[in-house]
Amino acid sequence: MSATAVRPATTGTTTQRPRTRRKAGAGLGLVAWLAGIVFFLPIAWMALTSFHSESDAATNPPSFAASLTLDGYREFFGAGGGASPWPALINSAVASIASTLFVLVLALPAAYALSIRPVKKWTDVLFFFLSTKMLPVVAGLLPIYLFAKNTDMLDNIWLLVILYTSMNLPIAVWMMQSFLAEVPVAIIEAARVDGAKLPTILARVVAPIALPGIAATSLICFIFSWNELLFARVLTGVVAETAPVFLTGFITSQGLFLAKVCAASLVISLPVLAAGFAAQDKLVQGLSLGAVK
Amino acid sequence: MTATTTAPSAAPDATRPAVRPPSDRLRAWATRAPLLPALIFMIVVTQLPFVATLVISFFDWNALYPDARSFAGFGNYGDVLGDAALRKSVWTTILLTVAVVLASLVLGLGLALLLDRKFKGRGIVRTLLIAPFLVVPVAAALLWKHVLYNPEYGLLNGLLHYVGGPQPDWISNTPLIAVELSLVWQWTPFMMLILLAGLQSRDQQQIEAARVDGAGDWQIFVHLTLPHLRRYLELGALLGSIYIVQNFDAVFTITSGGLGTANLPYTVYQSFYQAHENGLASAAGVLVVIGSIIIATFALRVVSSLFREEVGRA
Repeated sequence: MSATAVRPATTGTTTQRPRTRRKAGAGLGLVAWLAGIVFFLPIAWMALTSFHSESDAATNPPSFAASLTLDGYREFFGAGGGASPWPALINSAVASIASTLFVLVLALPAAYALSIRPVKKWTDVLFFFLSTKMLPVVAGLLPIYLFAKNTDMLDNIWLLVILYTSMNLPIAVWMMQSFLAEVPVAIIEAARVDGAKLPTILARVVAPIALPGIAATSLICFIFSWNELLFARVLTGVVAETAPVFLTGFITSQGLFLAKVCAASLVISLPVLAAGFAAQDKLVQGLSLGAVK
Repeated sequence: MTATTTAPSAAPDATRPAVRPPSDRLRAWATRAPLLPALIFMIVVTQLPFVATLVISFFDWNALYPDARSFAGFGNYGDVLGDAALRKSVWTTILLTVAVVLASLVLGLGLALLLDRKFKGRGIVRTLLIAPFLVVPVAAALLWKHVLYNPEYGLLNGLLHYVGGPQPDWISNTPLIAVELSLVWQWTPFMMLILLAGLQSRDQQQIEAARVDGAGDWQIFVHLTLPHLRRYLELGALLGSIYIVQNFDAVFTITSGGLGTANLPYTVYQSFYQAHENGLASAAGVLVVIGSIIIATFALRVVSSLFREEVGRA
């Protein structure tokens, strides 16, 4: 790569290239826009259909310009005499928020012991956490089911809280570790020299730097808990049913119900869409278990 | 402490090593303490159930006949591998995972390359492309099943209608592809995000240098970009495999495991939740774990090499 040394002198030749590349770039920009629209089309169509009447929703060719109504949403929220989705939505909220809080309580100290004041062989510990994430859900599903059955924990939302905590803890430890590692050691040392105690250091020095990362981690844990189906399907019934389990009620067709399905899918996805876009910048890091920054 | 009386002159040196170990040990435990709750929690909630699964997999145990429980050795594994339907579910799992991972990886690479350039509205396009990943998986599966695939009023046949195309019954004709397509739609954004991060961590100076040396876009892509992306591609493929091998939501929702789309997780669910075959389900579960461990070994290696590079750079 000897060329790097020559580079400053050859700026004259590079000025000519961008012009042709800009033309190609505009074309590729158009392709990117097209791809974005194609990928988003199913969601846009779902949103539009959710505002159509049931008879307009189920037509071929599709009725793009049919009049809009909130009937699909009214139906979903139980106006037509169906089951109300509120208990399921509340269960999902409890399971997701409580498990995320537990994850924070467990992951923050662990991440501290893996970054700011690392234990010996801290990378091994970190990789142990990661390896538990690679154990599939079905690996322990049956014993967990049998345990719950024998201890009367079936159909109890707190069982899901515990399981979702274990599901998200490895990701959280990895992410938090990388966020806490970004806090410069020199600042912490300086605060210590000035006589600051550990709680003060954590609250005044570490928290402000690591807070955006911690917030993103929480949002990602929330998404995974909110989405989970297999545990919820097997371990809950009528009382602790979560929103995804509620959605499985729509698996078999029930006459004209497209608008209702679309409304239900959209409402139940809204928290995830909101959390996902809020955590957009850190999403890759969370999904790749901290391997990509 | 006895050393102080016998050799007063050596006292300062002798007492120190005698006192230090306990306080050192104490300090080591104090450093370790914040880690323990999380560690113990993970071992109890994830490792113990798996050990139980392993034990149950060696028993002939149907929950409907609890008294007939008996040790079966590797019998359940023989049954899982010998049963045509179960063997097919192993094959389906492999087919589903490979097809979805490869397709979403290729599409994701294309999209990442498009998004790596500057153009008007790049942020909006990025947002549009991420959105499919942020639909609740069951909701996404319902969307494909009822709203897009429905042969009478689904959007796909609706659009085909405009161009006078055929009106296929997507799920009945090509059930596995129908499931795969919906998963590719959801997982392409995931691959795109990882590969985009990879593209943006390229050495821009090196690329400029190559360009000055007269390398074209294609040459730069083949000789600089692809080798740099290799580990990101591996990471995407491996993490994608780990998630998709476990997929339950799409199979459960779109085909309910019918029409030859039952994968191993669905089979495990079905054999204990509906057929109450605890031993058989556990053996199938252990097989899923073995498959995952094989993938995970490679995945951990890739993650660890990226991780060491990060740590080394910092």
